[in-house]
Amino acid sequence: MYKVTVIVRRRPSILDPQGKAAEQGAKHLGFMNVSGTRIGKYIEFNVDTKNHEEAEKEVKLYCEKLLTNPIMEDYSYTISQVI
Amino acid sequence: MKSPKFGIVVYPGSNCDHDAYYAVKKQLGFDADFLWHKEKDLKNSDVIILPGGFSYGDYLRTGAVARFSPIMDKVFNFAETGGIVIGICNGFQILLESNLLPGCMIQNETLKFICRDVYLKVETKSSIFSSDIKKDILRIPVAHGEGNYYADENTLSELNANSQILFRYSSETGDTGKLFNPNGSLENIAGILNKRGNILGMMPHPERACDNSLRNTDGESIFYSVVKSFNY
Repeated sequence: MYKVTVIVRRRPSILDPQGKAAEQGAKHLGFMNVSGTRIGKYIEFNVDTKNHEEAEKEVKLYCEKLLTNPIMEDYSYTISQVI
Repeated sequence: MKSPKFGIVVYPGSNCDHDAYYAVKKQLGFDADFLWHKEKDLKNSDVIILPGGFSYGDYLRTGAVARFSPIMDKVFNFAETGGIVIGICNGFQILLESNLLPGCMIQNETLKFICRDVYLKVETKSSIFSSDIKKDILRIPVAHGEGNYYADENTLSELNANSQILFRYSSETGDTGKLFNPNGSLENIAGILNKRGNILGMMPHPERACDNSLRNTDGESIFYSVVKSFNY
């Protein structure tokens, strides 16, 4: 069994209204050093496959078919074996 | 006049399915039926409507999960063979997630849910969905939190070159300036067609503008256009 974590980021070229709004809030709170706030997603799940290679294949497919929209998002992942 | 049958797909979380049914069947008098998303039969529908709402609670991304509903394979086949599909609001988002239409949808620039009438400039009247529209500007309500249309430059220029942009947000007189863009959509895009011209996705709700007692029937000309395409 493998534990997987995925981080989904909106492409830099695509506007992130949520990040913009959060940063505006930060400025109101006095965080004047903060800039470039972007909001993404953190996803975790388990994959039960025979080996790491198969797990990776499945993770990529899951990310590309459902978890992300390749038009506007990029993703990165970690896979670690659960003992 | 031959009446095509409208099939309205119902997803868990759809909430404009009955509006669409009411508009098409009760107001305009055409044949219509609901299609539960778990069915795998389009019940001989001639036109498919993917209605507005919040399918699957808008979880993950709007339309992302609905795209995998059991009925969608049939909808894809139907669309590929030239069948007429209209996606309204969440239905538009589902069409984008399905890659039946190009581009994607992000949150409104203001992050606010917008619910009000907007004006739409009709960019072409030579489409299946606009051939019977008499006016140049329509007044139709929008109701969405994620209607900010985005596409890369190549896609955008292709949309323009192929006359695939059907509606743009505008002023009452047709000014498509930034001032009249409610949600931040690129080039004020409110509704687009696929290249073949048999699929329409639009954020505004024409089904909510078909009843005279609401003092706005601008939406009906879109449905009449579709019906007209079956009679000529």
